[in-house]
Amino acid sequence: MENVSNQQIIDALQGQFGEESIYGIAESHGILQVTTEVEHIVPMLHFLYQHPVLKFQFLTDLAGIHFPEAKGQELGVIYHLHSLENNVRLWIKIYVPIENPVVPTVTGLYATANWMEREAFDFYGIIFEGHPNLIRILNVEDMDYHPMRKEYPLEDATRHDKIDELFGR
Amino acid sequence: MSEVALVNNPNVGLDKTPKSGPYVNELTTLNLGPTHPATHGIFQNILTMDGETIVDAEQTVGYIHRAFEKIAERRPFYQITTLTDRMNYCSAPINNMGWHMTVEKLLGIEVPKRAQYIRVIMMEMARIADHIICNSILAVDTGALTGFLYVYQWREFIYEIYEELCGARLTTNMGRFGGMERDLSPVAIEKIKKLLAELPAALKEFESMVVRNRIFMDRTQNVGAISAERALNYGFTGPNLRATGVDYDVRSLNPYSSYEDFDFEIPVGTKGDTYDRFLVREEEMWQSLRIIQQAMDNLPEGSYHADAPHYYLPPKQEVYRNMEALIYHFKIVMGEIDAPVGEVYHSVEGGNGELGFYLVSDGGRTPYRLKFRRPGYIYYQAFPEMIKGSTLSDAIVTMSSMNVIAGELDT
Repeated sequence: MENVSNQQIIDALQGQFGEESIYGIAESHGILQVTTEVEHIVPMLHFLYQHPVLKFQFLTDLAGIHFPEAKGQELGVIYHLHSLENNVRLWIKIYVPIENPVVPTVTGLYATANWMEREAFDFYGIIFEGHPNLIRILNVEDMDYHPMRKEYPLEDATRHDKIDELFGR
Repeated sequence: MSEVALVNNPNVGLDKTPKSGPYVNELTTLNLGPTHPATHGIFQNILTMDGETIVDAEQTVGYIHRAFEKIAERRPFYQITTLTDRMNYCSAPINNMGWHMTVEKLLGIEVPKRAQYIRVIMMEMARIADHIICNSILAVDTGALTGFLYVYQWREFIYEIYEELCGARLTTNMGRFGGMERDLSPVAIEKIKKLLAELPAALKEFESMVVRNRIFMDRTQNVGAISAERALNYGFTGPNLRATGVDYDVRSLNPYSSYEDFDFEIPVGTKGDTYDRFLVREEEMWQSLRIIQQAMDNLPEGSYHADAPHYYLPPKQEVYRNMEALIYHFKIVMGEIDAPVGEVYHSVEGGNGELGFYLVSDGGRTPYRLKFRRPGYIYYQAFPEMIKGSTLSDAIVTMSSMNVIAGELDT
């Protein structure tokens, strides 16, 4: 097992894709996170998969997220990668506008991305272009909205016992 | 043609079509589920059959979807523990403590050694209970009911130990942020010692009945096999991955809750078939017993919870007498305490594999986003590939050995 530092990953990514397309670099309890543009995500995952040292060959998870205030970047996808050989984790984030939430699929690289992308489509309406079977997975088929988006409140609006202002929140 | 060749060649079913007669090239669609007594849960598989051979399968999931991730965005952190119970309900304490550790990571709470050891004991017992369910029911699915009855009473006994610690059995809601809600009572210690002393005999009896049983071996060997490369590509973790020969275990690769203090081995298989998955789970139970023994022998003195009054729910008797305890109790129960801004990922080795929690906090009283990485959801999508070319009875056994839990699958 080689010791791969987070700086090494940043250098490798910036060397391949240019410094301007790797931003939002941060660290959370040792896990590096970077943000990139939508067009780079598939080449980047292939690059990391085939890299002789880094070997990010395990897709742990893929999470959708919704930020209604971030205009033009409302919907996000977070790829949780894990290099089992080096025991290093990495998050790659991409953001797309809610009017046109199209992201290329990574099912060609990871078979496991199939249901993860279907889940993100089901709950956030992110369209994964090229996905073999992009239909709803956990919700009913005739649902006509994407329930995890922030505009859908969870509880009945007629309830008065949970109004935040009444509790000084 | 032998069963072995059938498994390895997904197209072999097409070769077996009758060459003449009324059923030439006729494929049958068979609905396995949503409620079928042999699938142990609500799963639907639409199978395309050619005679007795499965040509293709399509799963429908989501029958018990309860929108946990959405509900979690409205709930204070303590109230999310009860949601995690209901994911993999066969090993609820692992889910509870995985969630607690995630929040502790966000809050920066240091948990005392004693609490960490008690957690290890409870998590390993949960793992044993989980594996007992999976393996003994696999034996039932192949026709051996007796072994199931021998080991199932020990799962019941483990639930009694849960009751000593938290008062509940199945959906445990065990532990608090910062540690445990109570220390190991003398009764609990007595019961854990009894488990350590008497479970090995029951496990041995079960193994002597099943492991070298000709019928069991014929039903499980080379059935539902998957290669290590495909398993990794499909995101397998836990016993199902280790059965293919990959020794990835979160407990050793990213130790949490003092797992680095314990000496244990990670069993791996070679073929990734149903028999290997069974054997890996059997051996993991022995290793779990080893870990519990070490934790009991070296149980450190000290407090069973962290000194974090903002987050650790005070004991109830204190709430009635002590002003500060009453204030904190109210604030914690009402969810009035804001968490710091941050993003954390924490994973634990659940009964079925890497159980991950990805938590995004915007500084409010509830998570902004909480994503559960459920191992069962991720590896169940490989099921059609694993059963193509095999028979219906093999599909049932494969599904049973994968230990797909409906609650975990559908959140």
